[in-house]
Amino acid sequence: MSVVVRTIARLLLPWVLAFGGYVIMHGHLTPGGGFQGGAVVASAVALVVIAFGAEGLKGQKNLFSFLEDLGAIAFVALAFLGIGSTFFRNVLAGGGGLFGTPVPFGPNPGWLNTGGTLPLMNWAVGLKVLAGLGSVVLLLALFGGKEDG
Amino acid sequence: MRWLRLGALLLVVGFLLGTAVWLRPFGSPTAFEMDDYFLKNAQVEAGANNVVTSVVFDYRGFDTLGEATVLLCAVVGVAFILRRVKP
Repeated sequence: MSVVVRTIARLLLPWVLAFGGYVIMHGHLTPGGGFQGGAVVASAVALVVIAFGAEGLKGQKNLFSFLEDLGAIAFVALAFLGIGSTFFRNVLAGGGGLFGTPVPFGPNPGWLNTGGTLPLMNWAVGLKVLAGLGSVVLLLALFGGKEDG
Repeated sequence: MRWLRLGALLLVVGFLLGTAVWLRPFGSPTAFEMDDYFLKNAQVEAGANNVVTSVVFDYRGFDTLGEATVLLCAVVGVAFILRRVKP
């Protein structure tokens, strides 16, 4: 692409990544969550592919694959944490430890250290979605065009 | 054949218009016990201000597991179709 597109992409990329990370990280406080934030980060991958070409990201396929596996395994492992009572039991919520600050009923400013396993599951699903959609975009860009012989 | 198509079109349009007219008024659902339960207890039980997230990841975690599986299947399908084959 032209130098204008590349410059704008370079300027925009950190903000897109930061916004995606924010949407994933604050999924239990504000609208959004793992799926939405992962899609935002995957759109950053699409921006890189459009502006700079897919060849530079060719070596990252294994990284995407690893991240997707990591997200899926972390999600199921977090679900298995509550197997003592039921699958997907939120064992950390309200316990006072990690992400365990109790939340009162009603409007409150929102604390990051709440939600039990929800933030961790948001991160797992976010990793999974960003790696999955990112690898889809990358595969389409690498092998979906006419240039592939 | 033409009149049949016209009749089918009129039937579909009439059905859509009828459902739009007979739609239940906004804000008065038929079943609200579950909604009230989530609104009253989700914040305290799941510890998250975002009730949607607590429903998606806590109360209906199996649904999210299925969604993640659907995404995995989509990625596997794309990777299978767009693979490099030896000529």
